[in-house]
Amino acid sequence: MFDAIQSLSATTGFWNLTPGMVFMWAVGLVLIYLAISKQYEPLLLLPIGFGIILANLPLAGLMEPGEGLLWKFYEYGIQWEVIPPLIFLGLGALTDFGPLLAMPSLIFLGAAAQGGVYLTFFIANSLLGFDLMESATIGIIGGADGPTTIFLASKLAPHMLGICAVAAYSYMALVPIIQPPVMKALTSEKERRIRMKKGRKVKRLEKLLFPIIATFVIVLIVPASAPLISMFMVGNLFRESNVVERLTKTSQEELLNIATIFLGLPVGATMNAENFLQWKVIFVFVLGLCAFILSTAVGVCIAKVMNLFRKNKINPLLGAAGVSAVPMAARVVHKVGQEADKKNYLLMYAMGPNVAGVIGTVIAAGIFLTLLQ
Amino acid sequence: MSEELLAPMAGKIVQVNVKVGGSVKEDDEAMVIEAMKMKTPIYIPCDGSVVRINVNEGDDVEEDDVLLIVE
Repeated sequence: MFDAIQSLSATTGFWNLTPGMVFMWAVGLVLIYLAISKQYEPLLLLPIGFGIILANLPLAGLMEPGEGLLWKFYEYGIQWEVIPPLIFLGLGALTDFGPLLAMPSLIFLGAAAQGGVYLTFFIANSLLGFDLMESATIGIIGGADGPTTIFLASKLAPHMLGICAVAAYSYMALVPIIQPPVMKALTSEKERRIRMKKGRKVKRLEKLLFPIIATFVIVLIVPASAPLISMFMVGNLFRESNVVERLTKTSQEELLNIATIFLGLPVGATMNAENFLQWKVIFVFVLGLCAFILSTAVGVCIAKVMNLFRKNKINPLLGAAGVSAVPMAARVVHKVGQEADKKNYLLMYAMGPNVAGVIGTVIAAGIFLTLLQ
Repeated sequence: MSEELLAPMAGKIVQVNVKVGGSVKEDDEAMVIEAMKMKTPIYIPCDGSVVRINVNEGDDVEEDDVLLIVE
């Protein structure tokens, strides 16, 4: 009788708990707390936080290769490159390229902000001893693009996927705190007051042709970016065609939401105690922050360089919108601009580099994949 | 002298703070427009009184639509 009770109790999780697991529960609970009470990217940090707890329940085997439920989500959703491209389909259907097409030169700012990605890559690799693949994954955090970070991490450094995703989403939530000091330090009051000259009106045909032409150009130049770019552009074509509203709506809403659920849980579940409790993790968070700051700074500086050659000066704050947290970075630009001049409305101009930044980050990830894989 | 207040961007007017005939000062908050899920105040362009308001709360406007006229 006593033996039976003893063997029953041995099958409970309690005997197999490790301190690392309990620590990870705390990490998961902190993310859930931030998601609910501070509303930091709740759509992602909530499932990620819960996923962390689930992956650290002893004997539950949710991440057991070949068997566990969350392992299947991870393997067939993320490793098989299904979920991040589906998210991009939704983002494409939500994105209006109008502001970018109205001022095509702003595309340079979207590209410039990827400078932070590469600078961080070099810092991580040469100063802190991360290998090339890990460094690329850390650098891409500076692109402020969750699905791209997850996509790249799953290819190059799966053991760091959870941490990099959490860093990317946390800092995205903190964009309104991280960016303004950098932007103000690099610009003068006078520069922040610059009002933008009105962009030209964009014709419907241009918006229709953009996703098609962009697909050709980008995929031919950087084939490795194809999974994300192709889905992004097909979603955008749905949107601009105006003839498949049902598909547009499904991509923007239901499908995007479903994909988000299947993204968050397994991403959280990759964070087991062995992966997380390493000194390197601290550096990932520091470097991720550094990537955000550098991307903002490089974007603003390139905008100032562009001004040297332009008759119609652009407001250098727009450079910060190249960090592709859409539309957060654009909102931050607008707010900082209005602090200097109440009647300066930068929001729509900032959307140009902002959406260009999304594409820029995917291309940066494609280049890493091509060079490192 | 009359001056038009143009919509600085496409969006939805969510709040109108002035009335026809009311006197206004430059930089008073005239309306609030919502675009990209962010509310932005729009300011009166010059001192004077409002002679016409073309929009109601809840209206969608395009960039450069005339929102109101100050005289």
